[in-house]
Order: sequence, then structure tokens, then C-alpha cells
Amino acid sequence: MTAMPPALELRGITKRFGDLVANDGVDFDVRGGEVHALLGENGAGKTTVMRIAYGLTHADAGEILVGGRPIAMRSPRDAIAARIGMVTQHFALVGPMTVAENLALGRATRLRLDLDEARHRAADAASRFGMRVDPNARIDDLSVGQRQRVEILKALSRDCRVLVLDEPTAVLVPSEVEALFDTLRSLVADGLSVVFISHKLAEVRAISDRVSVMRRGRLVATVGGDTDERELASMMVGRPSFGVERGADAAEVAAEPVLRIAGLGATDSTGLPVLTNLHLDIRGGEIVGVAGVSGNGQTELVDVLCGMRQPSSGALHVGDHELTGASPTRMMAAGVGRIPEDRHASLVGDLSVAHNLVLEHLDEFRRAGRIDERRVREHAAELIERFDIRARGEDPVASLSGGNIQKVLLARVLSRDPRVVVVSQPTRGLDVGATDYVRRQLLERRQAGAAILLVSEDLDELLALSDRLVVLYEGRIVGAMSVADADVNELSMLMAGRGDAA
Amino acid sequence: MRISPWSTPVLLVAAVLLTFAITAIPILLAGANPVAAYAAYLVVPLTSQFTLLEVLVSATPIMLTGAAVAIAFRAGYWNIGAEGQLLLGAVAAAGIGTVVGSLPPLLALALMVGGGALLGAAWALVPALLRVRFGIDEVVTTLLLNPVALLLVNGLLHGPWRDPVTGFPESERIAASAEFPILIERSRVHIGFLLAIAVVAVAWYVLARTPTGLRLRAAGLSPQGARFAGINVSRTLLGAALVSGAIAGIAGVSEVAGIQNRLTGGLSPGYGYTGIVVATLGTLTMPGVAVAALFLGDLTVGASSAARSLGIPSQLGAVVQGVLLLTTIALLTLRRHHVRRLPATTPGDNGASPGAEVQPG
Amino acid sequence: MTFLIDLLAATLRNATPLVYGTVGETYSERSGVLNLGIEGTMYAGAFAGFAAAWATGSPLIGLLAAISVGIGAGALMALLTVTFGANQHVSGIGLTIGLIGASEFANRLIFQGGELQRIEPMGTVNPLGGIGEIGKIFDQYALTWVAFLIIVPAAWWLLQRSNFGLEIRAVGEKPEAADAAGVSVVRTRYLALMLGGALMAIGGAFITLALLGSFTLDIIAGRGWVCVALVIFGRWRIFRGLAGALIFSLVFSLQFRLRILPGFGEIPFELLLALPYLVVIAALALSGRNVAYPGAYLKPYRRS
Repeated sequence: MTAMPPALELRGITKRFGDLVANDGVDFDVRGGEVHALLGENGAGKTTVMRIAYGLTHADAGEILVGGRPIAMRSPRDAIAARIGMVTQHFALVGPMTVAENLALGRATRLRLDLDEARHRAADAASRFGMRVDPNARIDDLSVGQRQRVEILKALSRDCRVLVLDEPTAVLVPSEVEALFDTLRSLVADGLSVVFISHKLAEVRAISDRVSVMRRGRLVATVGGDTDERELASMMVGRPSFGVERGADAAEVAAEPVLRIAGLGATDSTGLPVLTNLHLDIRGGEIVGVAGVSGNGQTELVDVLCGMRQPSSGALHVGDHELTGASPTRMMAAGVGRIPEDRHASLVGDLSVAHNLVLEHLDEFRRAGRIDERRVREHAAELIERFDIRARGEDPVASLSGGNIQKVLLARVLSRDPRVVVVSQPTRGLDVGATDYVRRQLLERRQAGAAILLVSEDLDELLALSDRLVVLYEGRIVGAMSVADADVNELSMLMAGRGDAA
Repeated sequence: MRISPWSTPVLLVAAVLLTFAITAIPILLAGANPVAAYAAYLVVPLTSQFTLLEVLVSATPIMLTGAAVAIAFRAGYWNIGAEGQLLLGAVAAAGIGTVVGSLPPLLALALMVGGGALLGAAWALVPALLRVRFGIDEVVTTLLLNPVALLLVNGLLHGPWRDPVTGFPESERIAASAEFPILIERSRVHIGFLLAIAVVAVAWYVLARTPTGLRLRAAGLSPQGARFAGINVSRTLLGAALVSGAIAGIAGVSEVAGIQNRLTGGLSPGYGYTGIVVATLGTLTMPGVAVAALFLGDLTVGASSAARSLGIPSQLGAVVQGVLLLTTIALLTLRRHHVRRLPATTPGDNGASPGAEVQPG
Repeated sequence: MTFLIDLLAATLRNATPLVYGTVGETYSERSGVLNLGIEGTMYAGAFAGFAAAWATGSPLIGLLAAISVGIGAGALMALLTVTFGANQHVSGIGLTIGLIGASEFANRLIFQGGELQRIEPMGTVNPLGGIGEIGKIFDQYALTWVAFLIIVPAAWWLLQRSNFGLEIRAVGEKPEAADAAGVSVVRTRYLALMLGGALMAIGGAFITLALLGSFTLDIIAGRGWVCVALVIFGRWRIFRGLAGALIFSLVFSLQFRLRILPGFGEIPFELLLALPYLVVIAALALSGRNVAYPGAYLKPYRRS
């Protein structure tokens, strides 16, 4: 065995984006015929390191060996030549083209495009690994699961020996996950190596021979695939779970709900329902957590509550205000504070911190038709102090770190004393200090009597901060419980859409 | 004090020097000394009163179109149609100018400027509506309306507006009371220049000092972020597009009422396109637009004097403009990549697509 | 009858520069780059072709000169928009201003503004001359025959049936997918822009080398913008663009002939000529949000 070099080996991979260290001396290898999982929280650096291995990103330091030979990965072309394939989280398929055309892309040997050859290769690989896809179908007409199969076929049709899958289950329904795992098992039986990027413990345990855990850019440990979940989790999180305690002495919860969602529905751009008949009341002084696998309607729910998306049915009230389909301005006027998951799209990166802090209520800073810049500056100075933002008022927001950007957003929202706070993935990608800070702020807001809707993919975060939980699955609320009664197993089942099996 | 090599003034000077280096080749081909040529282009026009005033005359229309383009670009609306909007303003001026002879001059002028602004804005309306209603890219629609506007002008000049006396394809001369007064005796500097300065000053104030201006800038920098903050991005874009069209229309009025006194087919040698050069060179700021317009005006006057004194064809002026535009955007774009080492989105495990797209701009 | 034959012959003739320009612009746009340098590229092609043919006495060398200039213009556009990632429309306008200026400058320099220089224009070829009066429709320049019988089918085949075409379409539609598949986005866009530039320049050169045999100022007169309109009118398809070019050319040739006939003098032909632009804008308006722009239209590509 020792004579056999790993199929793919990364040594000392380091990558910085500005002052953020995405990868810090990562050593990783995958052997022939194994599934090696790369486990870690969002933002741990898993994707970055594999993008480096596939030539999509360039490392600042480190080396890449394939079959024991160092390879310069300048672009995916080098990776493909070294027989590495990658299925990125957002599929690299050309939507208006057919499956066969996508398979043929980049394989040019002659001028003439030979789609028959692509079809044959697809059929070959498909029959070998039991994946059926119509080579003449347009990608845009395929389901997400089918597209993933095309991506895998694309890699296989180029005779890849190492297949990297980035969060492949994030977009799949449970039955598709099973099918994917069957495929992966037959691939490794065939001698292929699979790198499986995920943040889901159960899946990683189900499919992997070995697991490497990443945390904040470092690879902290490589263990056997049978390591138990609790141990994996603690390696992944790397801290005694939480720096923030909810405190048993919660504020008094009001009797009347502040935020009332009744029968809410929404559709995507093609008219398919993404939210169906949602009922949810949140009272003042209460945090309601929304759990669910990403892509089950959370983004759309938050968009509707932020005034960024029109609901297709139902009603939305905050206190006495009817806010169904209201604009962002009306939402804010009714006391809704909005902190969605994409913080960059919620601010204007090229404007200063000071201007971003007043952008939502600019008219309050108007004097004789012009902006009262002095008050804008004072306002910024005050909030920078109060919310511990590490920046100057005149700095463009885009130049700030992720944690400070989140603090700017938090300051803009919380300084207005909102009655309702809608917040999604509040700590994604933040360091420990900023994470604790953000969570404390949310809890303080709860103490102050706000009704808070918290969407998070981080179950621990939901359990630690929320009073109650609801589970979203395929745009519906499939379960509700108080946190005191919450059971992680049951939650997982609900999130997987197997509520009745629980 | 250390000046960053990437600061805007340094970059623009670099763009000018780079342009001179590149255009030295055609100057040498023309058998002239590049240094003497640049002196003739830039310095000589400033040395006599007559040429100095001609610089102001040349700068007038492009200061207006430059301001028009800059306002639209600032809002993230890529108005390439200033040329057509200018022509429509000219049509309005020629039309109104012939019928207001009996009115007091002030009223006549106000009517013409207002009419030109209105028609310029009207010409900008359809592409703007298509953009905000249907998301149809305005670059192509505004561009394609330019040749339509030129055809409209030619249609008028070969048809109903053809000069009945001479039979030339030129419109009737506008009334004396409708002509822009000359500001300085024995020169061609007319109040259009003051109008341009006023437009630039007002635009500067609005953009830099008022809530409306901040909203417009926010909408241009990040439509999503602006919308999230409650700014009505569609209305902002529409407003910017119409104001842009109106200002370009005023440029047309200024040329008719201040210089030609009638509508002619060759009224604009591409002032609308030069406006794009001016706006880019002025980094989309109003003081920048004013300086860039004067700079290009200087160059234009210099080009015709260099043609006489050094035998360099005056068309070199257009070459310099084109090269200057290209070197400026190249350097400004390079700066963006250089300074913005920090990616706009946190690179992490979420939402990682194989290639992040850079917004055009 | 003679009128009709003359009209159809003129339609084919006048469509020729539009066909080259439209195919060239289609290639640029399918790779994801709107090339507003087309007006200037056609202009420079017209001038360079004429000047080289005048100097050497060989229209063929003129054509080669035009092609070289077109390739150069395409490469310059690629340098700005692909390598630097600069704004496409501003780059294109800059290219047009610069190329027109440079052509007029060189024109001044070489011909000193003296009397109009002429070359012997390229002759016509008529393989169907034997079929009587109707055959006169086909009395066309070699470059027209090449445009319709070689360039258009070849351009279609290359775009739809070759690996290179697949790469162009992928790079214009979703560059990150092409990149991940091992296709060089930069190289493909350079090639598409250079090929497109060459075709645009041939379109310009056709006017000086064949149609007129001389170079005059404002010789392209907005034909480049017409091509930009035709590409959209044709929904980025080669044959639909060709159809658009023929329709436009028919209208253009018709008004040209009607204008000199008695009784037609008062018709506002300019309105007729404005139609193609207005039709494109109306078509865009009617299809609303469903316009199938190439996915990566106007977007530079940068790996993170």
C-alpha cells in the first residue's frame, strides 16, 4: 500500500482573499477507490481548497500532486488533463444547450463537432454507472437532480479518476440523495476517488471512508468514516458549542402577536410555487427559528418579509399595519428591521459606511433640500461606537471585513428600534468574535420586546437562540415545536421531508 | 506626502501621456515633431484671446453632452443616445426659433431651451421605459435611435423644412430674438457656454449634496442594495434617463441658437459620442466633466491650428479623442482590479460559482 | 420588369456589406461581447482596403489589408473588454471614434485632400448570364457571391456544427461553465472578436473596392449601426440576420430608385429608412423580457 501514491494530494495549500485567510496550509489527500469527505461549516474553506485543486482558483502557496507527480493547476484544463473532475455547487452547465453539447464542450480535437460521439460517451458512462439522462434534452428543461447527473457524466466521460463533489446533496430530495450515493459507491468500486464536500454529518458518515474536518481555513483532523457524529461535530465547530447563552429569564412575551403571517404563498419566476400556505405568528419578545435544508423556501420567505418579493397569496400584518406586498419603505415604516442572508446585496458597497447607515431613512437627514452631512457623520460615529464597527465613517463598505459589514447592517436596523426583526444566516462566514456579538445583539433585541424571525442553516444556532422552531420543507411548514421540546433527530427527519417517519 | 499611483488625477495624467505616446506615431508619420505638435494642440490655443474664446465655444456642446452622459452613467443607465437627443433638441430649437420672432427675447429663449429639453427627453423616453418596464438593455436601443434622429433631421431638411429661397437642405434662419446673445464681442462665445456651466453646477449640487443625488448614485452603484434600502430604482433610472436626454437636447438648442442659427445636416460632428469621452475622462463627476470638456475643446481648437501651422491633418483630434477614451477606461478598469483585491462577495463555501462576474462598469 | 431586375440586383449588392458586418457582429455578440467598434472597423476596412489597393494596384492586396486592420481592431476590442474587463459599450464607441479618426487622418495624409482618387473597381461575375434578362440579377461582384454562398453557410456551420462554434456559444452564454470544461474564455473571445472584426472590415472594403472604387468621407454612414440592429433582429442567428439584411437592403434600394421617379419626390423616404431601427426596437419591446440575449452579454469574465 505504501508504494501507491494518493490519487490526489494537496500540500500546504494557502489562499488569502484580502485579509481573510480562506486556506491556511491545508494538507489533504484522497486515495484510489475511496470516498474522502471534506467536512466543515459554511465558510470553513472547503470549496476554496477544492477549487484550487481544480484550477479554478490559484493558491498563494502549496503544491498539488496527482498520482505522486506535482502538477501546475493553472486552469481547469490542467485538472481535466490530470483526470480530475469537479461538480461545483452551482452547476457549470450551459442552460440553453443540450446535454450532448455540454458533454462535448471543451473536448475539441477536430474542428467538426461530433455530437454522436458525445451521445455515445454519455450512454456508455450512463450504463456503466446506472445513470439515465436524455442526451438531446436541453439543460434548462432538466430537474436539478438530472442536471447533477449530467455534471457527473461530464466528468466521467472525460475519464476522470478523481471526482470532487461540492455540497452535492444541498439541492437534492432524499430519494435523489440515495440514488447519488448508489452512484458514488459504484464509482469507487470501479477504482475512482471521490472527494465529498459537505457540512452534513449524517451524510458524511453514510458515504465516507475517511473524513477530513476543516475549520476556519485549517484542516484540523482526518479521521475514519465511522467516527461518531458528536466527535465530528465538535471538531467542526471547535468550541464548546456556544459563547452566547440565551438566559432563562427571557423577557416577557407579549400576548398578542406582532408579526402575523397568514396563508402566505409565493412563486418563482417560472410561476412554480416556492412558498405554500404559510401561517406563522410571532409575538414580541420571542425568537422563532426557521429550520430547513437550504432551498426550501427560506430565501423567498425572507424576501417577502423584506419587501423584495411579491407574495402570490395570503396576508402579512405587523401590529395593525397590513403589509401584504408592501415595498421596503413601507416595511421599514411599520417597524420591520431586515437583515437578509446576502448582506452585500443589502448595502451599497461603494458608498461609505456613513451613507449606508442613513440610506434607509435619508429624508430624516435632509436640511433645506440637501443632506446634512454633519449629522450624517455624527450619526455614523455614534453607531460605529455603539455597535463596535471597526471602520471609519468615510470608508466604503466594500472595504470592510464580513463581520464588520454585518455590524453595519445590524447597526442600521437595530438603531431604529424595530418591532419586528427578520434575520437570515446572521453569522454565516463570520469569525467567533463577530458571531457571538451578532447573537448577543439579537438576544438583546428580544429582551427589548421585538418579534424576531430567525432563518438559519446552523441548527445549533437555531437551538441556542430560538424560543420556538418551525421547519420549512418544499415551501411548507412541516413542523413546529418549542425549543425546549426539540429533538435533533426529529428535526432532521422533518428537514428531510420525512415528518411522518419520525 | 505620498500620492498613490492609482489616485484618479495620477491615472488621468497617465492616460493623457499614454495617449500622447501612442499618437506620436501618426504625428511622426505626418512629418511633424510630436513635442511641437502637443504644444500646438494644448498650449497654443491658450495663448491668444481669439483661440482661447474658441476653446470655450468648442467646449460648450460637449460639456452639455458630457454632463448628460455622466448623469445617466452615474445612475447605471448606459445612455449612448445623447447624439440623437441632441439632434432632437436642435429640431425643437429650429422649429420654435422661427416662430417666436414676435416674442421678447427672454421668453423666446426660454421657450427654445424648454422645448429642446422636452424633445430631447422625449427621445430618451422609449428606451428608458423599455429598460425599467421590461429590463431591455438600453445600450442598443439608445444607440439605434441616433441614426433614426439623423434620418429625421435629413427628412425635415430634404422635405418640409428645405430652405425655400436657396433650395439647400437647411432650415429657415431662426428669428433674431431667438439667437443666443454673444457674451464677448468679436467672438463666438454665446450664452450657451454659461448655460453649460450652470447645468454642470446644478448637476454637481444635486448629485453630491442632495438626497436625490445620493439615491441616484446608490442606484447606479448597487441597484439591489439601493432597492433594499427602499429606493425606487426604476423611478431613479427613468428620471436620470430623462434628465440626461433633456440636457443633451439643450446641447442641440445651444448649437442651433448659438452657432448655426438654423438646422443643418452637419450640425453635430458626433457631439453625443464625444460626450461619452468627456464623461469618462471626467470620471463621471461634474467638475471632471467641465475640465474634460475644456480640455477637449482646447484640443479641437489646437487641432485646427496645428493643421495650418504644422501640416498635421486636423482629424488627429478625433484620433486623440478615441485613444484617450480607450486609455482612460483601460486604466480606470485596471485600477478597479488592482484596488479591489477584496472580492465583492466573501469567498466561502456558500454560493461559490466557478466564476464570479464582475459588473460591467 | 427591368426595374424589378435592377432592384433585385441592387438589393443583393447593397446587402453585401451588411451581410459581412452582421455575421461579424453575430460572432462577437455570441461570444458575449457587444462590439460597437463595428462602425469604425467597417470604416477602417473601407479605407485600408482602398489605400492598399490604390498603392499596389491590386484589389486583392487591398482586401488583405482590410482583413488585417479588422483583425487588429477585433484584437484591440478584446484587449480592452476581455483582458482588462473594461465596459464594452464605452470601449466600442472609443474604438469607433478612434478608427474613423485614424482613417480620415491617414486619408488626409496620403491623398492630401486633393482630387478624388479612384481605383479600378473589382469586376462582376455572372455565372448565370446566359439565362437572359433575369440573369442580370446575378451579375454581382465576387465578394457578393462569396458573402452569400461561402461566408453565410460557413459561418452558420462554424457556429452551430463545429467545436469552435460550440465554444463561442458556451463562452457567450455561460463563461464559468466553459471555463470549468477546460475552454479558455479569453482565447475564445479573442478569436471570435478577431474573426468578427475581419468580416466587418471586409464589409467596409467591399464598398470601396467593389461598389465605388473610391473612398469618401462618411462612407459607412451608419451601416455598422444597421448591422447591430440586424443582429438583434435576427436573434443572434446567422440566417435570420441574413434575412434582415436582405429586407433592409431591399427597402434601401427601392427608396433610392423611387426617389428619382417623378411623383415620388414628396414621400419621406427617411422614414422608410428609419424603419429597420424602429422595427428592432419594437420587436424588443414586444418580446419584452423574453429576449434571448446571450447569457453573458456585456459581462466581462473574471475567475474569483
